[in-house]
Amino acid sequence: MPEREFKIPIGPQHPALKEPESFLLTLRGEKITEMTVRLGYNHRGIEKACEARTYIQDMYLVERVCGICSHSHSTCFIQAVEEIAGLQVPKRGLYIRTLIAELERIHSHLLWLGVAGHEIGFDTLLMYTWRDREIVMDILALVTGNRVNYGMNTIGGVRRDVTTDQIPKILEAIDKLEERTKYYIQVGTEEITLRERLSGVGKLSKEDAIRLGAVGPTARASGVNRDVRRDDPYGAYGELTFDVIIDNHSDVYGRTLVRLGELMQSYKLVRQIIRQLPEGPISVKAPRRIPAGQAVSRYEAPRGEDVHFVKSNGSDKPERVKVRAPTLANVQVVAHMLKDGYLADTPIVIAAIDPCFSCTDRAISRTDIESGRTDRMDWPELRTYGINWYRKQGIDFSELNKKMRVLRESN
Amino acid sequence: MLVEEEKIRQQLIERFGLPAEKVNVQRERRIWADIPAANFMEIFDYAVDKLGFVILGTITGLDEGSTLGAIYHLARESGIMLNLHISVPKEKPVIKTISARFPAADAYERELVDLLGMQVEGLPAGNRYPLPDDWPAGQYPLRKDWTGIASKKKEAENA
Repeated sequence: MPEREFKIPIGPQHPALKEPESFLLTLRGEKITEMTVRLGYNHRGIEKACEARTYIQDMYLVERVCGICSHSHSTCFIQAVEEIAGLQVPKRGLYIRTLIAELERIHSHLLWLGVAGHEIGFDTLLMYTWRDREIVMDILALVTGNRVNYGMNTIGGVRRDVTTDQIPKILEAIDKLEERTKYYIQVGTEEITLRERLSGVGKLSKEDAIRLGAVGPTARASGVNRDVRRDDPYGAYGELTFDVIIDNHSDVYGRTLVRLGELMQSYKLVRQIIRQLPEGPISVKAPRRIPAGQAVSRYEAPRGEDVHFVKSNGSDKPERVKVRAPTLANVQVVAHMLKDGYLADTPIVIAAIDPCFSCTDRAISRTDIESGRTDRMDWPELRTYGINWYRKQGIDFSELNKKMRVLRESN
Repeated sequence: MLVEEEKIRQQLIERFGLPAEKVNVQRERRIWADIPAANFMEIFDYAVDKLGFVILGTITGLDEGSTLGAIYHLARESGIMLNLHISVPKEKPVIKTISARFPAADAYERELVDLLGMQVEGLPAGNRYPLPDDWPAGQYPLRKDWTGIASKKKEAENA
């Protein structure tokens, strides 16, 4: 039988995906010849909603753009607001913000390492890393009061101080995590299964990474030397020393090594922050009304560069808030990495950018969902809708169904 | 302080004859320029090729009343950002695509199309983003006068 093209839809709902998004893979044999992405399923209207709320309400709303890098989004947003308002955040406030930022990176990278392990069937790694991740989650809960969506920021500083009895606990946790991460680095570099499974998968050359606008560890694993923490310093990063981790493997293996290296840098940063933590107030009072102006803010989130734009009009509500999360910048990159790769590599290649589609999709849903009972679909209607939806995407099982029926009847 | 930023500002003003008050250095590493939409491609190309603004942060779309605005947030590897703002009339909100140069702009430009009703010349065909395929035509959620779509039930009540 001659080889023909197959189209395989993954999503919008699929057991392999953690969030709704839709990938349509075109296959020739085992090889992927094309992939198209359809996003928007998590679009919640956050940018529009921000325009109807006050700045402080928006800060909490923006923190919920993402459940993993929540501190990233709230910090990125208020940095822009503080710039417009001309607020000088006290040094101690900036240091505490940066401390939470690095703790968040640690939890996010450990989470990723577990997901990556899971996607290649190495579930022991998932169990180990997620167990260790609890150490940093406990520290985040100790310092902020929450495991996720920390509510640590406020316009003009932070809401909670780091107390002297918390510091030894943080340092102890960092020691433990560093020891564990050293073990993972050993696993990553010596464990042959892991290395062989990830090497050469999801290739992205340096030129393509730059051309397609890759960000974060995805770009740095292709030798792109960019990190907003160093290039456009915010928070306390201007006063801290750390290395930007670059790798030249340009594949999923390289992305793993970059994140492991970044974990070690984060431990170094946390220790530095604790050592240099200045005395003094943690926040300044912010006005309710923000003078008219505009600002753009950048932030190196665990997944890459976050960009927020805020325009104010002199009232207590912003005129416009714009959020660009790192995954949106990396989507084109994934489509490129999958091309000419194998179908079986799809889950790990997608996972390797550490995608966060809740971040990527923000804006609008219908404000009033049809609530009348008659508008709901019953099961057969829903089934027909589904079949027609896939048929429109070029996936049709009717021929196959007919063949199956003939086979069944002939038996 | 701000030596490099001022230098870029002067280069833009001199080369394109922009009014001095339209190009501002807001703070360290932040330059804002209000440029005519007609000269956009020329200035954009110059900023990328000659001034080294090789990173595209994102594109912000704005409803400015009688006009629609777009801000292109560009950055240098050294961290300086150049924000180019253009305005086009609401009746004919046509801008040119930059997706050939920055493939990632594809998604940002589709947002302008879906959420603000801009028309992007030269944007290749593809899936829409981020609104659903059955979203009613002419509904642009990020426009200031947009307050939502009434449900069928509400419409029936109002009728």
